[in-house]
Amino acid sequence: MSTTAITPQPTPFGRRLKRFMADRPLIPLIILLVMLVVVLQILRPGIVNERWLANTVKFAIPLAILAGCQTMTMLTGGIDLSVGTVATMSAFIMATQVVHHDPAVAILIALVPAVLIGLVNGIGVGVFRVHPLIMTLGTSLIGTGCLQVYQRTVIASGAKIPPFLAWLGTGLTYGVPNALLLFVPIAVLIVFTLRRTGFGRLLYAVGDNEGAARLSGVRYWQVITALYVISSVLAGITGLLYIGLIKAPSLSLAEPLVLPSVAAAVIGGTSIFGGRGGYTGTIIGALILTVLTTLLTILQMPEGARRILFGLIVLFVTAAYLRIIEDR
Amino acid sequence: MTRLVRRQGWVAGLLVLFVVLLVITRLIQPGYGSGDFGSLVRAVLPYAFAVAAQTIVVIAGGIDLSVGAMMALTSVTAASMMDGASEEYALFVVPFVLAMGLVLGAVNGMLIVVTRVPDIVVTLATLFVLQGAALLVLGAPGGAVAEWLRATIVGTLPIPGLPGISAWIPKALVLLVVCLCIIWIPLKRSKLGLSIYAIGSSELAAFRSGVPVARTRIIAYALSGLFAAMGGLALTMSTGIGAPIPGPYLLASVAAVVLGGVALGGGKGGLLGPIVAVFVLRLVRTDLTLLAIDPNVTAIIEGAIMVAVVMFGAFITMRSRQS
Repeated sequence: MSTTAITPQPTPFGRRLKRFMADRPLIPLIILLVMLVVVLQILRPGIVNERWLANTVKFAIPLAILAGCQTMTMLTGGIDLSVGTVATMSAFIMATQVVHHDPAVAILIALVPAVLIGLVNGIGVGVFRVHPLIMTLGTSLIGTGCLQVYQRTVIASGAKIPPFLAWLGTGLTYGVPNALLLFVPIAVLIVFTLRRTGFGRLLYAVGDNEGAARLSGVRYWQVITALYVISSVLAGITGLLYIGLIKAPSLSLAEPLVLPSVAAAVIGGTSIFGGRGGYTGTIIGALILTVLTTLLTILQMPEGARRILFGLIVLFVTAAYLRIIEDR
Repeated sequence: MTRLVRRQGWVAGLLVLFVVLLVITRLIQPGYGSGDFGSLVRAVLPYAFAVAAQTIVVIAGGIDLSVGAMMALTSVTAASMMDGASEEYALFVVPFVLAMGLVLGAVNGMLIVVTRVPDIVVTLATLFVLQGAALLVLGAPGGAVAEWLRATIVGTLPIPGLPGISAWIPKALVLLVVCLCIIWIPLKRSKLGLSIYAIGSSELAAFRSGVPVARTRIIAYALSGLFAAMGGLALTMSTGIGAPIPGPYLLASVAAVVLGGVALGGGKGGLLGPIVAVFVLRLVRTDLTLLAIDPNVTAIIEGAIMVAVVMFGAFITMRSRQS
């Protein structure tokens, strides 16, 4: 019955391994990513090549940037569900304005609604203390409505995608996606901001214990307003990149990315209650979700079964990951 | 007395708002009568059940993102089971679908309890699963519904001797009130209902006072699933078919819950507030349509109202906390 209790043993290998992984939360994620790629290679031998890799990275980047918005807002205990609408708005407005204006001007015009929505989100959450979930859902509803009204005014003029954005979105240079040109600086900036700057530390502080942060002199509403504006602008930039990748402006362009972006941040180990997490995990989370989508696509299942599997795997991965981390 | 006003003040305010809106509707459209009110209630019906499903979970301190998907799944299940079947078969379908909602909701709750993953993530995952299941059941909108089921929400409740009043009591309203009361009133008065409020208010305090937190949470989600199944049935009953793609019920339910004075943190509020709130929201939509406003502009106004009211509510709570 209790033989294990009688014979004392050195720390079992399993527990040591678990502790090792808990100390370095990125390692289990990377192992999972590699495992998924291996499964993919077994199912379709030869699919994992340079072109596939470039494609995966290309599709993971917009998701990873949006998941970055979620990561930062989740660190403060919030969430930004308006990113999909903001990305769609900036993409659609850019594609229709570029007909009349210079691309640079069109991009500037396209980012204006992003800033406005971010500002409203930030003021609502920071000053009026509305729950971020409801605030960002509300602004995304307003944004979608505005976009539909806007669409009718430009329906005659048509839309086009500037070659520069198409190059950035889909192009490859020596087999490396050009989108990395945009993504790497953004990722470095987010990681640097979160780890090394005062603003990043404020985000963790506010999310960890808002009352304590307030008493230590943090101006809550300023931090939150700045955060949501940044998040929205990032989402706007993602929209511009995404339209270069998809090349078909529509009114629901980036909407399907919203829930996966939350999932990517959670899989990456960011706590939805705030105060814990980081961006590197989120990037790997986004890659995992992208590979997973490919995997489910090549299995040629009906759409329904694919969604079921996607949901189950997201749940399983998050649960398993939390188990590993919780030991710390 | 003041306590009563403070507790019911929000709901009373909403009721006043609803009446004011009805008066405005009469002013816009002098012909607005009992028939239009009946169609308003029929349109509200699925929303109201979605709101009830969301309310009970929010009071328990959680959130359920899978409400819309659950409604879609139960709706297509009911519609495809009744397709080509006899009228009596529906007598079996209704309890089956309700039980399915109850079980799926309980599964939601169990997943949250067992995996310890935040509820928002678990219900996000089940949203995908339920949506996928709905697509497997019925790839495209279709199916059918038994005639007697449709008849239960069409028309008005005949009260002998009072034709004037009975015209203003649509059967759909009766169905809604009966379904909600049968579950909500016994629940609110039982120990279980108190436990649900307790775990929403403070999980730790509830646990230390001997409330079975895990079981209560699972039951709260199961009841939410039951309400969502009612919503799915109501959807099938009013449209006559099942649609595998969920409507805007998630957003609407969260909005109405907040408008109805239920704190998103949990432990506060009741069912009446959100239900009145959802009527207010739909009536606003009706008014905007009657004013011949572009439906796209309607979406903007609806969103703006929602955000403004929520901001106002948050502002009031902040002020009252300071004083």
